[in-house]
Amino acid sequence: MHHHHLPLISNVPLLPSSLILCPPSPNSRSPRRRITLVRASMDGNGELPLVLLVRPLFPAFEDSLRQHFRFLLPWESTLPTHEFLSANARSIRALLCFGPSPVDGSTLSCLPGLQCVVATSAGVDHIDMDECRRRGILVTNAGDVFSDDAADYAVGLLIDVLRRISASDRFVRSGLWPIRGHYPLGFKLGGKRVGIIGLGSIGSRVAKRLEAFGCTILYHSRTTRPSLAYKYFSNVCDLAAESDVLIVTCALTRETHHLINKDVLLALGKDGVVINIGRGALIDEKELVRCLREGVIGGAGLDVFENEPNVPKELFAMDNVVLSHHRAIFTPESFSGLLQLVIDNLKAFFDGRPLLSPISA
Amino acid sequence: METLGVLLTFPMNPYLEEELDRRCNLFRLWESPPESRREFLRAHAGSIRAVVGNATCGADADTIDALPKLEIISSFSVGLDKIDLEKCRQRGIRVTNTPDVLTEDTADLAIGLAISVLRRIPQADRYVRSGSWKSKGDYKLTNKFSGKTVGIIGLGRIGMAVAKRAEAFDCPISYHSRSEKPGTNYKYYSTVVDLAANSQVLIVACALTPETRHIVNREVMDALGPKGVLINIGRGPHVDEAELVKALVEGRLGGAGIDVFEQEPHVPEELFGLENVVLLPHVGSGTVETRKEMADLVLGNLEAHCTNKPLLTPVI
Repeated sequence: MHHHHLPLISNVPLLPSSLILCPPSPNSRSPRRRITLVRASMDGNGELPLVLLVRPLFPAFEDSLRQHFRFLLPWESTLPTHEFLSANARSIRALLCFGPSPVDGSTLSCLPGLQCVVATSAGVDHIDMDECRRRGILVTNAGDVFSDDAADYAVGLLIDVLRRISASDRFVRSGLWPIRGHYPLGFKLGGKRVGIIGLGSIGSRVAKRLEAFGCTILYHSRTTRPSLAYKYFSNVCDLAAESDVLIVTCALTRETHHLINKDVLLALGKDGVVINIGRGALIDEKELVRCLREGVIGGAGLDVFENEPNVPKELFAMDNVVLSHHRAIFTPESFSGLLQLVIDNLKAFFDGRPLLSPISA
Repeated sequence: METLGVLLTFPMNPYLEEELDRRCNLFRLWESPPESRREFLRAHAGSIRAVVGNATCGADADTIDALPKLEIISSFSVGLDKIDLEKCRQRGIRVTNTPDVLTEDTADLAIGLAISVLRRIPQADRYVRSGSWKSKGDYKLTNKFSGKTVGIIGLGRIGMAVAKRAEAFDCPISYHSRSEKPGTNYKYYSTVVDLAANSQVLIVACALTPETRHIVNREVMDALGPKGVLINIGRGPHVDEAELVKALVEGRLGGAGIDVFEQEPHVPEELFGLENVVLLPHVGSGTVETRKEMADLVLGNLEAHCTNKPLLTPVI
């Protein structure tokens, strides 16, 4: 199997040539080449639409994106960012926000003409949504493109924790099987009561998968989903009290910060397992580590942490914990789906059509 | 059951051992060194009327021959490959196993292994534990599981349970079996090579018999290919292990999740350094809940035998 390694670089690569309509340089008098292959829509000046970046593009996305859009790169300027933004404010209507780079109030205040922010993640806690709502700025997220992979990962983490897959793989690789004879037993997944926190695009897919394993699905969400026959809990503690497993798949907002706290963990109980593929700050991490250390809960599978890439080192010695480095959605399919969605959202915006994955208020 | 002399072949389960000790007349085979096995059996042959074995150590022809009073073999497994069934038929010895109670755990593990191998979860766990996660930008991609075509060898209880789970991930299901199974929508292939050529994840879930030994051979692995993943939750001898190692090391096979090996507990060390494999110490039924159910089934079968009631899960 091949890995696509995408190193994050900070210098901007050159524009690819040939297939792209070259934007005119300010002093050039040479005629523009018009290439009919280009499918991009043009703005009023016959140029590709302009999009502000807050950090460099993924190299793997670069070629495709630059076929459709021109990008404004604040870090290339000698001006401080806010001055640069203000100087270009008139021409900035759209912002493409890769990864978790913040789009905060002070950035937004430099961009009076901004009408659309295209984000590349499912969660948008790094974007000042209050300010966007106030100004009527449309924000899009990753929609459903990641949801299957995220759900698969959550299920994979859960099976790993219960059946000790990573821990016993370590055991075998260290040559201990012939010496120790056997590995401690795990716990059965079938029949477990799984409490899902956030029954959106990802949570509902987790539910569908785990039902096939014989799990009973319970949930807490901002709104009920009456079309799904799962038991709803308006209170996360109550959900935890009736669950053997908690799976966190909700958005991080002011209200959900440290949603999983000491009380919830206590209610979950000593055989309980927590799986987090949402955001680290959804769980009170210090409290989680204490509960694992003291056996208040039974185990955890964590893809996200409060202060990445820092992971509490106490967890490294625990066999009832599975750790990974925020990559629940890192598959070629999710990435190419994301690229297409970003292009489609931006094109829709510039064409005046409805956005594909807008975040509703 | 107090007068029932039971030979336990392996320390397979503390609860089972305690109960057998409490309720029967227990002989522990491993208490004698391998060289003195024959004497041990001869010494107790007059008392031993039952054998409880498992996937590691069952009851082969020699053992059965050494126990003239043997009436029943109650296996702590669903697999019967470690029992000489023909000898049992000849001697009129009853045989029971532990079907159904371990079906779900084994199927769960098959899917768990597939996700683990494709999404490299144990590797991620190793990466984080080694302190290597220093920057947020590690963007190595791993392979998606949902939607992969899953090929199952053997569509019995465990194979069907695997299929049901894989369907929830939108995986198209195909299978190979001795004969086509009516009543499923899954695509049937009459040869394992054809199944492998048309699958992205190949899962071994059939019984081990002389016919299915090395059913996954080099040809099958080549058909599965450099992007394909092999999952073995059956028995080690289902797969030509030497060829498996070569195929993985040479990149002709994309990855493997293996719970069973030809010479357990020995695992080919060439596999230890590979990133595209997950190696487990035969834990297919290894949960607290299921092992207790298996133990109770073994005890229940022995009890039924002693009280002349119908056996709970007879094979012979």
